[in-house]
Amino acid sequence: MHCVCSDSRFAKKCCIIRTSEARIFQDAPGAPEARRISNNERLIERVYKFLRAGPGRARDRCPLPRPAPAFDKVAALSEANRCLYCFDAPCTSACPTHIDVPRFIKKIASGNLEGSAKTILDANILGASCARACPVDVLCEGACVLHRYNRQPIAIGRLQRFAIEALQESGATLPFTPGADTGKSVALIGGGPASLACAAELRRHGIRAEIFDARPLPGGLNTYGIAEYKLPLAESLREIDMLAQLGVQFHFNVTVDAQKLAQLEASHDAVFLGIGLGAIHKLGIAGEALEGVTNALDYIAAYKSGEITSAPERVAIIGAGNTAIDAANAAVRLGASEVHMIYRRGLQQMSAFAHEYEHAKQEGVKFLWHMKPIGLKGADKVEGMDLAKLEATSDGSLVPRSGEEFQMKVDLIILAIGQATHADSLLDNKVMIERGRILIDRATGQTSNPKYFAGGDCTNGGREVVDAVADGKRAGIGIAAWLEGQHANP
Amino acid sequence: MPTLETTFAGIRCLNPFWLASAPPTNCGEQVMRAFDEGWGGAVWKTIGEPITNVSSRYSSVDWNGQRMMGLNNIELISDRPIEVNLHEIAEVKRRYPKHAVIASLMVESKRHAWHEIVQRAEDAGADGLELNFGCPHGMSERGMGSAVGQVPEYCGQITEWVKEKARTPVIIKLTPNISDIRMPARAAKQAGADALSAINTINSITGIDLDTLEPRPNVDGKSSHGGYCGPAVKPIALNMVQQVMADEQAALPMSGIGGIGSWQDAAEFILLGAGTVQVCTAVMHYGYRIVEDMSDGLLAWMRKKGYETLDDFRGLSLPNVTDWKHLNLNYKIVARIHEDKCIGCELCYTACWDGAHQCIHLDRALPAPNKSRTPDMIAAESRGRISMTPIPKLDLNGACETGPYRTPLSRIPRVDEDECVGCNLCSLVCPVPDCITMERVDVGLKPESWEERVNAGLVPQGSATGNPNV
Repeated sequence: MHCVCSDSRFAKKCCIIRTSEARIFQDAPGAPEARRISNNERLIERVYKFLRAGPGRARDRCPLPRPAPAFDKVAALSEANRCLYCFDAPCTSACPTHIDVPRFIKKIASGNLEGSAKTILDANILGASCARACPVDVLCEGACVLHRYNRQPIAIGRLQRFAIEALQESGATLPFTPGADTGKSVALIGGGPASLACAAELRRHGIRAEIFDARPLPGGLNTYGIAEYKLPLAESLREIDMLAQLGVQFHFNVTVDAQKLAQLEASHDAVFLGIGLGAIHKLGIAGEALEGVTNALDYIAAYKSGEITSAPERVAIIGAGNTAIDAANAAVRLGASEVHMIYRRGLQQMSAFAHEYEHAKQEGVKFLWHMKPIGLKGADKVEGMDLAKLEATSDGSLVPRSGEEFQMKVDLIILAIGQATHADSLLDNKVMIERGRILIDRATGQTSNPKYFAGGDCTNGGREVVDAVADGKRAGIGIAAWLEGQHANP
Repeated sequence: MPTLETTFAGIRCLNPFWLASAPPTNCGEQVMRAFDEGWGGAVWKTIGEPITNVSSRYSSVDWNGQRMMGLNNIELISDRPIEVNLHEIAEVKRRYPKHAVIASLMVESKRHAWHEIVQRAEDAGADGLELNFGCPHGMSERGMGSAVGQVPEYCGQITEWVKEKARTPVIIKLTPNISDIRMPARAAKQAGADALSAINTINSITGIDLDTLEPRPNVDGKSSHGGYCGPAVKPIALNMVQQVMADEQAALPMSGIGGIGSWQDAAEFILLGAGTVQVCTAVMHYGYRIVEDMSDGLLAWMRKKGYETLDDFRGLSLPNVTDWKHLNLNYKIVARIHEDKCIGCELCYTACWDGAHQCIHLDRALPAPNKSRTPDMIAAESRGRISMTPIPKLDLNGACETGPYRTPLSRIPRVDEDECVGCNLCSLVCPVPDCITMERVDVGLKPESWEERVNAGLVPQGSATGNPNV
């Protein structure tokens, strides 16, 4: 296929998309729905539009902090040589997928890049996106013993990215092969990191894995939800493309409802639920239906897929979690000149990581603490917002302080006040659910219904990609063991 | 104020730092720049009938990201005409009369050839002569260099010829490529040599290119063994200098060579008896400018130790090197891990289990000491542990590790002092200075050596001398 981009900087990216789409869409044997999607030219056009617009004017105007750039070979070698090669390394323990960090770093140092990538992928099939998206400060790098020696921790995330990209650029295939076919098959609901990791594990155990996703592209939040500057859409697809080589079958644009679920349960030996969380909560105040009010996930997805290429002047984000910060950064990158985050509690209570907070401040995002919107203004489109200053009462609840209300002009409001759960409505007493979360045995991912396994946000209430991958991996192993047990004791 | 000025075998030197006979002393222009930087002397690149060199000539061993831990060369002696070298020596001496210029010489093993070159070098104004009996490659195939140095009789013979003619001090440069370096040293001393220098480079192949399967340095697909030098060879050089200097029949003023690049290196050679030191690889790596800190650092150390001249500490460590049989068998030390410094890398643990005596344990957070947990068991426990990304609001409050040390107690290893043999390994692998110290334990016994035990009849029959030849 001819690449439509004229700008050579993006032509390469486009080709990656082309290649990965072609593979994902064509190499899924016996999956007619998967193949059908390859004709979705509209989507591909959208992706291209995004790639062309990607570095837009906003970014050219002001240099924005970027995540640390990829290592080149010499820098990677020198960083790898700094690793102490700890025994029973704390970085490995801190990683939810237990990547053998010193081992993969030692392999970079020895020049065995293929072995290094294999070490990573063996523990974490989505090692590429985790290298970019993981909050390494609170995971592997946070656990590095060098902190206690007044030295910079090893740049584990960047080294991981280096090793995996070296494998990708070498054109090598995934260094794993599917296991001998057991004749068993598993339906995986949702195409996000948990399902992808589970599917890879199943394939390595010789179990058929069919992923059903409501979206037109695989990857879930990896593709649609993680901030673009951390994990571009193309990179997410490139990684999933490697995974498709294991023979994972994808079905896109399939919304699984109770009826479809029953059908899948009947036609498969087990079901994995990687359904994530539901829609972002509403504020429950007047004016939310106005144009110019959106939510963080839709906003980031639209940015990543190129649906929106600019932001209005004044943007307000409601909430102070990591997703809220991603949305705020996206608004800055799209050209907003005034971006405020509004949170009803204080800095101490915000759920965003400290490094995300610092990053947002660097991007120029301003924070308004102890405030909440009480009314939205605007004729046909949002124009302003009434805010109330809050104070905590003795029982911990928050009440508006009287007389301390003010108005703020705003062109776009992005809600990021947590996601609802949607497990109850789908599962309807099939598995035990507590406060919207599917209950699982953490070691195997098995739910109260032995045929159902689950992992990721729908079980943990919303954590990181790497947590979902770890859940998916454990569930994949759990399913394989369970199916083998079933076979032994039919 | 301490001084670095010294006299070596009658040669007055501004300081003990000489450039070794090598590429840094190829020509007068280089030597003069080196003197400007502070070098006290230079041994000229070996002068003899001009040779033809190959390209390439050098290869190195890098280690853990550090370049040139060891350097290897297959370069021969000077490729410039004798008269050019001698003319430049004269010019350098004219401009730098206080600096030591030593002519390194190598000619065919004929009396008249040596007489002639000695005469010419001294006429040019050289302060001394260094006879290159050490070059291990190329020249040795032509009966020169280490081909001489490896045979004590040849070594003595040529030294005699040179001494017949020489008016300046004669330094014999020894090759390490020999089973006992004292033999050629004794021969040289007996033949009247004024001084020795050691070591020359060590026979080596630095590596093979794994793509082409060709050795380095590559000369059209082939290579030849070269001479190894640089930091990697310092311990070998120190040992050989000590061997010679501790041997009455061999000891002469010694110019120490081999891996010297810092003032500490220089001090160590001098403590084992060297009068001057010669440097090559470090200069080839970083340039002449390194001499500034070599001088500055050595003077500062001398001030701290109260030494006024190099003679005040020359050879002071020689008596501390002895035969194994004289070492005190009742000296006992054990490893002690300082918890406040430990960062929890557990390298000492894995080193002790796999490389020593299995006496470091990770049981401090357990209810009772446990010596039976193997590294495998500990690694498996960690692999089986489920961990999650902490969410600040939910997980980190109060989850900070509490305890007296910054490293969790479970990661601070414990030394079983009863089992510890005091081998030092843990303290060597520990990345944190002074975190693991080796501490003396009073065993309540008076010092006793192997020899004393044998003499006292305390050693079972047969174990005293396992080798019938000893």
